[in-house]
Amino acid sequence: MTDVLSYGFMQRALVAGILVGLLCGVLGFFVVLKRLSFIGVGISHSAFGGIAIGVLLGVEPLIAAAAFSTLVAWAIGWLSRKGHLHEDTAIGILFSSAMALGVALISLSNAYQVDLFGYLFGNILAVSPRDLVMLAAIAFLVLGAVAMMFKELLFIAFDEEVARANGLPVTPLYFLLLTGLALTVVAAIRVVGLILVEALLVIPAAIGYQLAQGYRGMLCMSAASAVLSAVVGLFVSYYFNVAAGATIVLVLTLLFFLALAAARNRRRSAVNPMVVSQRARALP
Amino acid sequence: MTHAAPIVEVRDVAVDLAGHPVLWDIDFTVTPGQFVGIIGPNGAGKTTLLRVLLGLVAPQRGTVRVFGRAPSQLGRGAHQIGYVPQRPEFDPRFPVSVRDVVMMGRACCLGLFRFPRREDWQKVDASIRQVGLAGFESRRIGELSGGEQQRAFLARALCSETRLLLLDEATTGLDLPAEHELYALLQRLRRDFDLTIIAVSHDLLELGAHADELMCINGTTHIHGNPQTVLHSHQLREAYRCEFDFLSDEWRESTEHPR
Repeated sequence: MTDVLSYGFMQRALVAGILVGLLCGVLGFFVVLKRLSFIGVGISHSAFGGIAIGVLLGVEPLIAAAAFSTLVAWAIGWLSRKGHLHEDTAIGILFSSAMALGVALISLSNAYQVDLFGYLFGNILAVSPRDLVMLAAIAFLVLGAVAMMFKELLFIAFDEEVARANGLPVTPLYFLLLTGLALTVVAAIRVVGLILVEALLVIPAAIGYQLAQGYRGMLCMSAASAVLSAVVGLFVSYYFNVAAGATIVLVLTLLFFLALAAARNRRRSAVNPMVVSQRARALP
Repeated sequence: MTHAAPIVEVRDVAVDLAGHPVLWDIDFTVTPGQFVGIIGPNGAGKTTLLRVLLGLVAPQRGTVRVFGRAPSQLGRGAHQIGYVPQRPEFDPRFPVSVRDVVMMGRACCLGLFRFPRREDWQKVDASIRQVGLAGFESRRIGELSGGEQQRAFLARALCSETRLLLLDEATTGLDLPAEHELYALLQRLRRDFDLTIIAVSHDLLELGAHADELMCINGTTHIHGNPQTVLHSHQLREAYRCEFDFLSDEWRESTEHPR
């Protein structure tokens, strides 16, 4: 294994996998608890429009994708929050339009030589030092913002109405979460591609949700399983010469079913806590 | 008669939602320590009125002052409103303990970018004890019964060091003993912490037995006064458009003397 890690591309791939795993594991925690998984799909697919704009304008495609995905995420949030449309309808309209825009622009630019397959399905072994700097900057920004506002985001995920009534700036925080989600999606494109990024956002948090009793455990398990799958997937793909993005997602899927089985076993063997619990003491 | 400055002052308020008038000519004040019950049929605008007080709905006309300020400009801590909603719909498997839920009440007091400190956790534990949930701190909120959950949400409201509690049909879905316990708890907290309480409920008798004043609304105020005055069939008939034969003289006599 040390031989493999002597290659620069493998070192960069490993660091990229760990960073993206951490990012997706933490953001996925809120995606699952706030039930934003369909928004995640919308944002990731709309990134294709941003990539096409970048290719057409000669701008770094991932930077264009970050800006475009953020705009689409805000548009989804604005349309659904203002009550103009249901959230799923807004997502359905915007993500398919953004993908259509991407296909149209790519065909206009005659840029089929661009590694579109790499953007769609990821190419972790092609992570450049420049990509790594961008990834690290996104991870620093997004994880820092989440850490600073964690208690507020948790409150909003649990009970948005009361959080608003208590004076929390719910709408700005929601848009901040969408922005973090858009940036995370763009960061993960190099690793698993925009088609599979949703798996990295949802499955690790779903593993934590199955196994953990508290939110701290769920968050740790989510981040740990995302990082573990990125690392294991990377090495498995290297030794068996299969696509890295797909292997990472398949490792995650395997971990999820193991977690599901473990949770079912635990529930079966557990005594119903409602029956044996100490009831609230009678009031004086 | 008290001459204290009102905690809540609502003057000539009107609210339209989606172009339809929901509230109009609403006028009332609530003084410190009062327990005011808001009653009325479904769709009467009771929840909208609470949302106006919370600053979640802006009235088209009139003025609202809570602690002397517009609700949208309320400060933190003592000038914050504690809100207990109707049985909130949350995922019963949401991985938070009672302690975590109550800590959410401290989020506004702490402010953005600040982490809870030891004093905050001490306040959380004190609030849990005050609502009689000691021993339940580590239990997942979804594992508690409906009455226990409402107590946890009450602890979350108390934890913000509020002096004003708003309850929106907080007893819906509770059985009679749990409902009675919740009202008894409210009375005790009101006494111990000098709380002012505004509660919306459909349970006229239980609310009437505990509130100082009842306000019956159906778009506008139909009658506002002490429970013995308000809970008469002929008073409520117009608002509810039905008879209230169970509001017997025996019941009024049994509640005539203040608690």
